Amino acid sequence: MHLILFIIFAGFCLAGAINLLLQTHPINSALSLIVVMSSLAVLYLLLGAEFLAIAQIIVYAGAVMVLFTFVVMLLNVGEEEKTHGSKAAKIIGFPAIVAAFSVLTTVILAIQNKLGGVKLSDGVTPMTELSTVLFRDMLLPFELTSVLILVAILGAVALARKEGHR
Amino acid sequence: MSIWLFLLFSILKVAVVTAIFLGGVAYTVLLERKVVGRIQNRWGPSRVGPFGLWQPMVDGLKLFLKEDFIPAGVYRPLYLTAPLIALGCSLLSIAVVPFGSQDITVHGVKVFELADLNIGLLVLLGVTSMSIYGIALAGWSSNNKYSLLGSLRSSAQMISYELALGLSLVGVVLRTGSFSLADIVKAQSAHGALSWNILGGGQIIAFLIYITAAYAETNRAPFDLPEAETELVAGYHTEYSSMKFAMFFMAEYGNMITVSCVATLLFFGGWNSPFGHLFPEPQNIVIQALLALFWFIIKVFFFLFLYIWVRGTLPRFRYDQLMGFGWRYLLPIAMLNIVGTSLVLSALMANS
Amino acid sequence: MAYFYGNSMLSSPYFPLAVLFVAALGFGLAPLGLAWAWARLVSPAKPNAIKNAIYECGLESKGDAWVQFRSAYYLYAIIFLVFDVEAVFLLPFAVAFTGLGVGACLAMLVFVLLLIEGLAWAWAKGILTWA
Repeated sequence: MHLILFIIFAGFCLAGAINLLLQTHPINSALSLIVVMSSLAVLYLLLGAEFLAIAQIIVYAGAVMVLFTFVVMLLNVGEEEKTHGSKAAKIIGFPAIVAAFSVLTTVILAIQNKLGGVKLSDGVTPMTELSTVLFRDMLLPFELTSVLILVAILGAVALARKEGHR
Repeated sequence: MSIWLFLLFSILKVAVVTAIFLGGVAYTVLLERKVVGRIQNRWGPSRVGPFGLWQPMVDGLKLFLKEDFIPAGVYRPLYLTAPLIALGCSLLSIAVVPFGSQDITVHGVKVFELADLNIGLLVLLGVTSMSIYGIALAGWSSNNKYSLLGSLRSSAQMISYELALGLSLVGVVLRTGSFSLADIVKAQSAHGALSWNILGGGQIIAFLIYITAAYAETNRAPFDLPEAETELVAGYHTEYSSMKFAMFFMAEYGNMITVSCVATLLFFGGWNSPFGHLFPEPQNIVIQALLALFWFIIKVFFFLFLYIWVRGTLPRFRYDQLMGFGWRYLLPIAMLNIVGTSLVLSALMANS
Repeated sequence: MAYFYGNSMLSSPYFPLAVLFVAALGFGLAPLGLAWAWARLVSPAKPNAIKNAIYECGLESKGDAWVQFRSAYYLYAIIFLVFDVEAVFLLPFAVAFTGLGVGACLAMLVFVLLLIEGLAWAWAKGILTWA
């Protein structure tokens, strides 16, 4: 049953990603990306990571994609023009992708037993465990995150200021 | 227990809850028209049936039979999807709301809750964050300047107040240590009204932030700028007619009901009686269940009434005031509330 | 049969959520479909250019609505994203609060105060004022 659900949602995910590339209108692409994000959330859920799943929905599907949708709505980005693309991209592109994927696969397969695995299961990791790891063992990275977020605020403000001067 | 029995129960529960929810939506509309009528010193609907009780049915029929045309120049796929997203999110968020005590089960299935999730509160937040798309896409796909402006205003307003909404819940979670709505209610059951989060929990500030943010989140007065008739025709649903308009309408009132339910559960003790254990509990389990349901419904009704009362009383915000209020007051106060609550709670823990 | 489908999945608390999702979709599609069928079969369709026009207060609409709007909306979306990430960090802290020690609480205090400082700074710079 888990495997069936996994295959269904992985399928949604891939279909969304391919649709994202094929659509010519940016808003359709943005919506496909929302489908990808939501199916990823279901995949996390199948792995027992409840919090990760819901964070994926709230942050990615709910906040990042709202930003994208806003851009599309505000900037009047119309239909994309179809171009034939450069020849070099076509000739080098496909072999490059195949090469990159093979390298990735080889590396992952080589260190597979060192990575440690998760199984599709009903087991749900309690959130308190996650918090303990986050706030006890990873305290320094966590504090650094807050600095990172502060930098992001500064960046947004700088952008806004530039806008105002024009 | 047989798996098919479970399946049957689940479907039955979903059917019953959906039916009650939609009935509730229809009669909330009537209630609103009646109460706003009385506030404005007129009768409200009174012709169709006794006290106008058939009005929602007739309205529904009217909307259903209206000509369902699609204006020229709209972006069809999204124009048709948008009401579905809006209504879908509205219906989905009722799934995690428990209506009565968890102890009452039939064949091991909880009667008063659809889905008992550990992260119920978070699912609610997630669904809220997705419901922006219904409005944003409706306005964008309508190809109408008023619709687009309305939906932009609405989405910007919703994301601004979503933050305050989410942060106001953190105080409650700090006190309970769980995202399960049933657990949150259980934590408030000790001494009647005194142990409700709004009083004993010291979360009155969080409650005020929550209710304000929730009014903005559902686009209701005094934050109903997206539908400001004098400025924007009807906002994001200007170009919608017939059933598609009705779906936006139902979504809005459905969200009102969900917000009222969540306010009851988080701050007003859910289905617990305000008297606590002052009176002896009835022995019969059916009476117990009905009593719990009674308290829950009374409280939800109170919040719905508050919604309507506020609508009848307060004037609309101006847009810059609205955005400023959300970002400059609600958000910092919500953060300070978290800091204060955690400090007080740690002090209490250190003492005990 | 139960063995084949995996009993555990159906009794998972998410299952009713899935059922409700399907029901919500069905509930949305059914009236739309019925209304469409009614319009198709019973009521005569009489579209005309004026009826199908976009309603912009009775004025003829000029061009598409898809024009460029002010970018202030976009800035709010960026700031929203930043604070949303913050809220997501606060949630696991809140749920495990009672089990965490003083150190974690202090860390969280620093975190929240840094962000309040960021917000105050943005306020001082006048970003939060809708002009």
